[in-house]
Amino acid sequence: MKCEELLAMLNEYVDGTVDPAVCVEFEKHMAGCNPCQVVVDNIRQTITLFKDGQPYAMPVQFREKMHNTLRKKWKEKFPAK
Amino acid sequence: MPDANDMDLVREFATQQSEAAFAELVRRHVNLVYSIARRCTGSESDAEDVTQQTFLSVLEHLEGFRGEASFYTWVLRIASHAALKIIRKRKGLNTVSLEEATEPSDSLASIPHPEFIADWRQSPEHLVERNEVRRLLDEALTRLDEKHRLVFLLRDVEGLSIQETAVALDLSEGNVKVRLLRARLQLREDLTRVLGDPDRLLVRSHHHHE
Repeated sequence: MKCEELLAMLNEYVDGTVDPAVCVEFEKHMAGCNPCQVVVDNIRQTITLFKDGQPYAMPVQFREKMHNTLRKKWKEKFPAK
Repeated sequence: MPDANDMDLVREFATQQSEAAFAELVRRHVNLVYSIARRCTGSESDAEDVTQQTFLSVLEHLEGFRGEASFYTWVLRIASHAALKIIRKRKGLNTVSLEEATEPSDSLASIPHPEFIADWRQSPEHLVERNEVRRLLDEALTRLDEKHRLVFLLRDVEGLSIQETAVALDLSEGNVKVRLLRARLQLREDLTRVLGDPDRLLVRSHHHHE
């Protein structure tokens, strides 16, 4: 496997969906190619960092404002109720 | 009602015009929609616009939702359209389509090679606690092209499957995969330039490793 081929299979490898035979090749390449090994580590760390980051909290005033907007729209849509 | 699943609530809304069921659906999903919109647009006021438009649109079109995808995927589809529309309007573009067509840049052959390769000085577990890191992540996201940004946010941050991401963004699964790879590589490059240890910078040799 060449570096380009590894790059093309990167998603599948990182997501654990790569074909087992390809996985062996992938790991064999990484064992002999430190830059590719580090890129794979970096990619995993990048995903973890974004995934584990705190979600943004909605401002309270906006929550109320949206609630009112939706109520108004509800009454327009279902005037009988 | 807390035990009801989303589709139960959708049916309750449709059959009984239940405002409580609708309110519960909003309550369940509004925080995540807001958080994605905030990350995607990089602006609090844009995130509010996207969130409000999304749920107004949900209210308007909910009768037409048949459960082809999960309710959440459907909501994210609406939110993604709203977010793209705002981002593109800001950039002075009028196109709102998520361009289904495959662009030349969407082929694997043109994926850029990693350039700055170095181990990070700290683990993600340490980094995630720091405020300046959050800013760094937001900035890196806004440097991504919006069509790559959304794929990354839905797939890697929200944890949607490739197939769900494709549905939410009106893209083919192949297209999602290529865009995801581009997003991951560009974010890696950006973050490593700041978080990587320059003393351990690796130079990729020009011959190809077999």
